Amino acid sequence: MSAFTKITAMELRLHWREPAVVLFGLLLPVALLAGFGMAPGVSKPDPANGGLSLGQYIASIAVTLAVTIMGLTVVPTALATYREKGILRRLSASPAPPAALLGAQLVVNVLTACFATVVLLVLGALLFGVAPPADPLMFVVAFALAVGAIFGVGLLIAALAPSARAGNGIGMITMFPSLFFAGFYIPWSAMPEFMRRVSDFTPLGASIQAVRAAWLGDPVHPLHLVIMAGYAVVAGALAARFFRWS
Amino acid sequence: MDVIEVANLRKSYSDHVAVDDVSLSVERGEIFGVLGPNGAGKTTTVECVAGLRSPDSGTIRVLGLDPGRDRAGLRRRLGVQLQASELPEKMKVREALEMYASFYEHPADWRALLDEWGLAEKRDTRYGKLSGGQKQRLSIALALVGNPEIAVLDELTTGLDPQARRDTWALIERIRDGGVTVVLVTHFMEEAERLCDRVAVIDSGRVAALDTPEALVQRVGGGEQRIRFRPSAPVEDRMLTDLPDVREVVRDGRQITVVGTGNVLHAVTSVLARNQIVAADLRVDAADLDDAFIAITGHRID
Repeated sequence: MSAFTKITAMELRLHWREPAVVLFGLLLPVALLAGFGMAPGVSKPDPANGGLSLGQYIASIAVTLAVTIMGLTVVPTALATYREKGILRRLSASPAPPAALLGAQLVVNVLTACFATVVLLVLGALLFGVAPPADPLMFVVAFALAVGAIFGVGLLIAALAPSARAGNGIGMITMFPSLFFAGFYIPWSAMPEFMRRVSDFTPLGASIQAVRAAWLGDPVHPLHLVIMAGYAVVAGALAARFFRWS
Repeated sequence: MDVIEVANLRKSYSDHVAVDDVSLSVERGEIFGVLGPNGAGKTTTVECVAGLRSPDSGTIRVLGLDPGRDRAGLRRRLGVQLQASELPEKMKVREALEMYASFYEHPADWRALLDEWGLAEKRDTRYGKLSGGQKQRLSIALALVGNPEIAVLDELTTGLDPQARRDTWALIERIRDGGVTVVLVTHFMEEAERLCDRVAVIDSGRVAALDTPEALVQRVGGGEQRIRFRPSAPVEDRMLTDLPDVREVVRDGRQITVVGTGNVLHAVTSVLARNQIVAADLRVDAADLDDAFIAITGHRID
């Protein structure tokens, strides 16, 4: 346990020495929120969008985007780099369990995603009048499952990527279609029916809908919770099965 | 006493056989060389010894442990300096040593290692800013931070300039003098000849020879030496051929070449001195480990 604590503390320190990564994960979602937050009538409920205000719509996207950036691009790139440079190999030659480094990377990047989410909630409320989640408990559950699903997929990419460049590339290639199906580019309400069905079964689509429902206080669709949990368990298990230390 | 015993080790990868049949044993307190060309199976052999790979067949005992079954126990007692294993760019020297020290129950004093390996001034420097030599020294210090009984050092002078290489040799002797058994993987003949108490010559996944560097050299022409010089006064052949260790005398113009064994150099210089003859341009050529390697394997190392 002490090796895990030690490695996590070290990874946190290294993480803060890479301001670009931290800023990428934080600034992009905040910029998204701020950009749309300037629009007139941002906090008014929009009947065309299921009673959701533009502010809430964008804020729920921004929260999921923060998790996605850390889970799908930062984690696979960092772990594939550690493997390519033999950092994992060196660790596996010491008495420390190399899985501790995996755990540490998860802790650090999940913490960053949580930090970005808190910043988004506070900024959204203070600057753009975005109401806080109406069902806080369900919001935390949906957020936790979203983190599990998206980071699970990120870990699987890290396990399969043959190099650091490939890790980054596969992460990006996974991220952009996921964003598309999750309604980042065209509003969910404007999607054709079949696209919404596909969206239900993607980790990001399920995540964003669950997070949004909890935010509004609407009942969260059980299917979305099951889909997220499924991705977390299956992708996580496959990652554990195929992860190579060198 | 043997601290490492390897018997009939075999390991193949999907496309080729890396180690065909390797048996060797390493005694406590020696510097044991694993010498051979790139791709001979040296690294795979020591990785199996360190428990980083599982062999297909054969048995390995390290400090009485089976590296495959008791990885945890072995890692506390064996330090490894691996080829091409880096640290995160932004990790500081001090942080790396401190963190790796924390993984062991009875670590070495990492501050003392900083001084000993000439890294004290670089303690707060990030890994990415270190020179090749400094990275190499940090890597060795990390292999020693757990106070190991055995240190496995894989190709640690590759990529270093000649001066840095010589400095590293002195440090390796110091590890051994500290009571640690050293397994040194190398493809530098000079390094093996200079440092190793015993050498296993590995070629195409097999042990081609295992002996002291001197004994390996001795195998080539029985330790024959060639002494060449130009005498300041005429020398009769018989003055030289009568000497006990001389095998042959060859003349080429004014130059004389004496071929012999054992104490032939001393015998020749003594007889010349007694006759007040000065040997100008005196040169002695003897077989070295390079020649021995060619004789043993039938090809050059690189």
